[in-house]
Amino acid sequence: MASIALQRVSKTFHNGQVAVRDVTLDIADGELLVLLGPSGSGKSTVLRLIAGLEIPTSGRITIDGGDVTRVPPQHRDLAMVFQSYALYPHKSVRENLAFGLRMRHLDAARVAARVNATAAALGIEALLDRRPAQLSGGQRQRVALGRAIVREPRAFLFDEPLSNLDPVLRVATRAELAVLHRRLSATMVYVTHDQEEAMTLGTRIAVMRDGAIEQVAPALEVYHQPANTFVARFVGSPAMNLWTCASSRIEGRVRLASRALSIEIEDTGAAVPDGIGVSVGVRPHDIDMVPHGQGDGAGRIEVVETLGSTTVVHLRVDGSPDELVRVIVPADTPMAADQVTGFRLRRDRLHLFDARTGRRLAGDSVRRP
Amino acid sequence: MKVQAWPLVTILLVGAILFPLYWVAIASLTPEGRLFAQPTLVPDALVLDHYRALFGERDFWTPVRNSLVVAGATTAFCVALGAVCAYALARLRFRGKAAILALVLAVSMFPQISIVSPLYLVLRELRLLNTYPGLVLPYLTFAMPLTIWLLVGFFRQLPPELEEAGLMDGAGRLRTLWDIILPLSWPGIATAAILTFLYSWNEFLFALSFTLGPERHTVPVAITLFRGQYQVPWGQILAAAMVATVPVAALALAAQRRIIAGLTSGAVKG
Repeated sequence: MASIALQRVSKTFHNGQVAVRDVTLDIADGELLVLLGPSGSGKSTVLRLIAGLEIPTSGRITIDGGDVTRVPPQHRDLAMVFQSYALYPHKSVRENLAFGLRMRHLDAARVAARVNATAAALGIEALLDRRPAQLSGGQRQRVALGRAIVREPRAFLFDEPLSNLDPVLRVATRAELAVLHRRLSATMVYVTHDQEEAMTLGTRIAVMRDGAIEQVAPALEVYHQPANTFVARFVGSPAMNLWTCASSRIEGRVRLASRALSIEIEDTGAAVPDGIGVSVGVRPHDIDMVPHGQGDGAGRIEVVETLGSTTVVHLRVDGSPDELVRVIVPADTPMAADQVTGFRLRRDRLHLFDARTGRRLAGDSVRRP
Repeated sequence: MKVQAWPLVTILLVGAILFPLYWVAIASLTPEGRLFAQPTLVPDALVLDHYRALFGERDFWTPVRNSLVVAGATTAFCVALGAVCAYALARLRFRGKAAILALVLAVSMFPQISIVSPLYLVLRELRLLNTYPGLVLPYLTFAMPLTIWLLVGFFRQLPPELEEAGLMDGAGRLRTLWDIILPLSWPGIATAAILTFLYSWNEFLFALSFTLGPERHTVPVAITLFRGQYQVPWGQILAAAMVATVPVAALALAAQRRIIAGLTSGAVKG
């Protein structure tokens, strides 16, 4: 297994589109790093750069310290699982698995042994003589996985491997991937736009936007301490509520006010610089419903989404009718549309960001959960 | 046009296409004496005289062999070289790709007659007159553009992930082309091969100009030279036409079986 490093890597396509901007990333041996971002954020391009399917415009890529920036993919010894699986349609499953080994000139007996062992581990022995066209989506996904595993490559690259599966299968396969990662203790780079997948699988998550990495951190840190408003909005479902507030200091306290709400927090000095706009964020489950008139703001219930274990309430806020506030309440809370209610943000769960730059305010006064 | 009319139109069209073939087949089996008698749709006497004369009195095997060698070699080189060129043009990134494609097409646009003389001089200098390469090389220049254009279109249709999967699996570009792209491009390759074979099998002008004696004449040239000063052996000409048509028709039919749509199904979700 291997460690992978990107040093100030940029990629501009021939049409002038900048796909990756100055990305520096260290992926440790045995780590499962998730590249998370919306479509067009450059995450797949980063993966393809690591794979060697794209050559960076500038910067360096190393595997185990060796420079591979210009090494073609066939000499990097990495395996990739494609979103579309890209199984060879004219070859049987057995030949699909064996192809990479044959390309490495393994003798027939060892090829057969490894193909059989991999097929057994994935439970696809019965499919070995079929063609990809005769397989279901889930089976194809397994074969694609098997084609990567059988190679015993230096690292695995996954390009949204679960996005073509139905939801039930996706969750099951996700768990299997986690088991696989633990069993192989292999270096894996995993691209997805699904933050749930990222949270459950990733040793660390790199959140990307517009070709740049916004934050690289362990999954829970990304969730609990998003580096900026983009990460805050993108990670977590339903998304974090954010309000742009004006801050003012009154007698040792900081008052943050917007059209939707007004709160006061204790001033610890450095946390909120004077006179700047502050984005106040709070996750939907860190808001309490309180009777109308109490709390930090009020609104009318627009939509009630019952999810079974919890209920998501969308409030249209008084004073700011364009805004919806998302609140998660226990499933047994009686809620009805058009009901008017107050809400209160849990003070110890606030996220504060500089409204101009979107950056998390350093040393914030808010106690971390 | 009303829907009911289509079967009739189809029958007429097919009839129009097949009738001359039928007529040639019948005539080639009609005794010489009756060829100019009152024509009948159903012949009352069939003989193999013309075929016997073709291979007995004349040496028609030689032109058939020449044509097979020339058309076969042209097809083989054309598909092999054309596939590599087409793959490069379809997938690799380099400057001037569009210009190369346009140029390739432009080459095939020259009227053949306009380059017969210069080609003759070139081939004479290269001492390739009256040789197989002397025909194969000019044929390639005309057949390759079509093959390249056909295969570029075909390769571009294939999902690029398949090649990328091949590269990730450790196969180089040529290996990927051979192991993954070509097996999936059978329909395109078969089409290109048939068209090239047809072109070089039927080609007349170059074959007439660049061959000097009966030992190198191809089928079309040989048939033309059947005419004597005082007589035209129509029966033998028609028999020769049948002999010239049958292998091509057989090849086309055989390759057509390989042209199966949806060969790539199952590669990617879709």
